[in-house]
Amino acid sequence: MAKHDHDHEHTAPPSDPALRVKALESLLLEKGLIDAAALDEIIDTYENKIGPRNGAAVVARAWVDADYKKRLLDDATAAIAELGFSGVQGEDMVVVENLPGLHNMVVCTLCSCYPWPTLGLPPVWYKAAPYRSRAVSDPRSVLDEFGVTLADDVEIRVWDSNAELRYLVLPERPDGTDGMSEDQLAAMVTRDSMIGTGLVQAP
Amino acid sequence: MNGVHDLGGMHGMGPINPEENEPVFHDEWERRVFAVTIATFGGGNYNVDQFRHGIERMGAANYLSTSYYEHWLHMVETLMIENGSISRDELSAKQAQLAQEAA
Repeated sequence: MAKHDHDHEHTAPPSDPALRVKALESLLLEKGLIDAAALDEIIDTYENKIGPRNGAAVVARAWVDADYKKRLLDDATAAIAELGFSGVQGEDMVVVENLPGLHNMVVCTLCSCYPWPTLGLPPVWYKAAPYRSRAVSDPRSVLDEFGVTLADDVEIRVWDSNAELRYLVLPERPDGTDGMSEDQLAAMVTRDSMIGTGLVQAP
Repeated sequence: MNGVHDLGGMHGMGPINPEENEPVFHDEWERRVFAVTIATFGGGNYNVDQFRHGIERMGAANYLSTSYYEHWLHMVETLMIENGSISRDELSAKQAQLAQEAA
């Protein structure tokens, strides 16, 4: 899994897009159509401030607070906003709950729709052709590549996101975590478990 | 629109290769493309449907052989030229100038 042999997906070759974006950025700055300070702030926000820790906080809250979980499954956008997470690419959220015998998985076959306020920016594989093509036709083989094996009788539901609607998986709380605090629970929740390509494992 | 971007169910796209501890961006140019895109989108230069259509109009072979942020770059160049914010000649001239300075 650590192997990094998909260079064509993000740097092919770097010099060309590097020059093109530099030219585009310079021209737009010269014309006053974008602002340099705003660019820095955008990068800082998405590189350092927004990420899967937000979604993990939502999951942990749902695990410890049954009323919150009900609100989350009824109106995810509002319940997620209660914890302070909202905005671009999270305007209309649906949370789907994993249960014994039911596993949910999220994809965007058309492009890269993903719940930014709760998960941050999507990983390369989520935006690339292999996952997008196969998640809907052969999810078990996809899960296999993530090291997840589900029993044959577990139903898998695959949710195809779009520009108007984005999904977050509420993973199952692992056994043996009864005494854990909300923060400890949140620390176990991985990004992939909220996409549905992973399961939460007790430490 | 039944274009190459409509990938659901397509065969032969290969392994997924998830990367462990993947960074948010893999290269400085990706960071710049992201910021310029969000800034021009946030500035009301185009809406989300134009954004997606700008990518979906890419040629099929080009779409499959380029990376995600190259799709975004193609889209911003295309839409900002089409809406008259910049001209293709201006952009080409700036690229030539920067290439010369870097040489």
